[in-house]
Amino acid sequence: MKRLINQTPAPMLRVLLALLPFVALVLLYMLASDARLAENPADKLLPSFAQIGDAIQRMAFEPSKRSGDYLLWEDTLSSLTRLGLGVMIAAVIGLALGLFTGALPLVAATASPLLTVVSLIPPLAILPVLFIVFGLGELSKVALIAIGITPFIARDIQRRTQEIPSEQLVKAQTLGANTSQIICRVLLPQLMPRLVDAVRLSLGAGWLFLIAAEAIAATEGLGYRIFLVRRYMAMDVILPYVAWITLLAFVIDALLAALSRRLFPWHHQGGH
Amino acid sequence: MIEARNLWKKYGDNVVLERVNLRVEEGEFITLVGTSGCGKSTFLNMLLGTEPVSSGELLLHGKPVPGEPGPDRGIVFQQYSVFPHMTVLQNVMAARGFARRNLTGALFGSARRAAREEALALLEEVGLSHAQGLYPAELSGGMRQRLAIAQALLGRPGILLLDEPFGALDPGIRADMHDLVLRLWRQYRLTVFMVTHDLKEGFYLGTRLWVFDKTRHDPQAPNAYGATITYDLPVGKIDRDTLSDIDRDLARTANETE
Repeated sequence: MKRLINQTPAPMLRVLLALLPFVALVLLYMLASDARLAENPADKLLPSFAQIGDAIQRMAFEPSKRSGDYLLWEDTLSSLTRLGLGVMIAAVIGLALGLFTGALPLVAATASPLLTVVSLIPPLAILPVLFIVFGLGELSKVALIAIGITPFIARDIQRRTQEIPSEQLVKAQTLGANTSQIICRVLLPQLMPRLVDAVRLSLGAGWLFLIAAEAIAATEGLGYRIFLVRRYMAMDVILPYVAWITLLAFVIDALLAALSRRLFPWHHQGGH
Repeated sequence: MIEARNLWKKYGDNVVLERVNLRVEEGEFITLVGTSGCGKSTFLNMLLGTEPVSSGELLLHGKPVPGEPGPDRGIVFQQYSVFPHMTVLQNVMAARGFARRNLTGALFGSARRAAREEALALLEEVGLSHAQGLYPAELSGGMRQRLAIAQALLGRPGILLLDEPFGALDPGIRADMHDLVLRLWRQYRLTVFMVTHDLKEGFYLGTRLWVFDKTRHDPQAPNAYGATITYDLPVGKIDRDTLSDIDRDLARTANETE
């Protein structure tokens, strides 16, 4: 018998092992839900899959009785718009900050300590400030996401910039490159795939800030809907919404990974 | 063209190089050997401009070597010399873009076509034409160093600095690279400084062999004395006895610094 650390599952077994916890969770849920509903048919805590299906039908495929909108799609659109804007702004600012602090010691001397301090501020703690300054509209939610993840992206890109071997910078200089040419031709292109990685890592935090902001002040959005229906203990809506958010997060992550492989093949070959 | 007068290099109390005096004429091919930590790479970096001189003078065409790398001194490192995000052809063309005094170093139109022609010719010369569309990660170690050399040459440097360029290569490939470097050295009339840890390499390559070694040792403070050039020999006229002398000296220094 090999040591446990040397035992690897065959491909078939790997798939089965991966599916196992999911199947177990669903089964466990079904059993618990059935048990509770048998006790009390009006129980709202663990709705049956049929009830969840009804809720999905109602939210996604029937116009709302009050506004005539298809709520799930409307919520999805406004949440993704906020998230996309916030993350895009954070990526642009974070890239610029990280690139310049990583590449130019004079800029780093001024900006790095400040960046370190700012990155330690819990973004949610300044959400009230954002609401006061930007009002309760879209701007404050986008700003929260942007402010929340910019320091992370900036510091990550700064580190990645400094990780680029100094040999390359010396080589470029011996070929006559000036500072801006080195930034444009040597550093920036090599940072792009790393920026995609940083964005992928920060999307989790982005969702957190999005849902937090929507829970407090919004009139539509995935986070808003979850917190709204909480008042009626509508688990049949909350659970599919959470699953939908998870699916969206998964798809966005997979798309970014695919985009990076397609645009930056050299980054995924490894080596020098 | 290059002259050192009583050159010293120290890091705090740690003396790396001391009392280095030398004169190099244009077109020489100098091989620098010595034990690890003897300052041969430090000397190369001082020529390159990435390490400042502690005291004394290091002159290039009668003026102190600039404090940063420039297009008159090309470099090939043991690794990381090429840009991983550019194809082989783009890597070589990069020198032409960098030579333009603009913001991005991008090439357009006829300048781009000219750079492409030049780069292709150079790739042909170093035997990489078939690989022009590949990224460096797809190349073998030897091909990558050929690329690094071609890239450095397109900048038309007068001086080519090689920092253990073939240290990571297999012996057979290393011999091919020696032929290549010697050929390009003659063809482009370069002045070459090559650092190597392989004494035999320094023995038949180029025109001149420098051995960096410590002449004074203090067992209590191994860093109190630096290395200097203990042998400065014309290549091709060195006999077997000298080789074994050098070998013995270097082995002793290596033991004492252990």
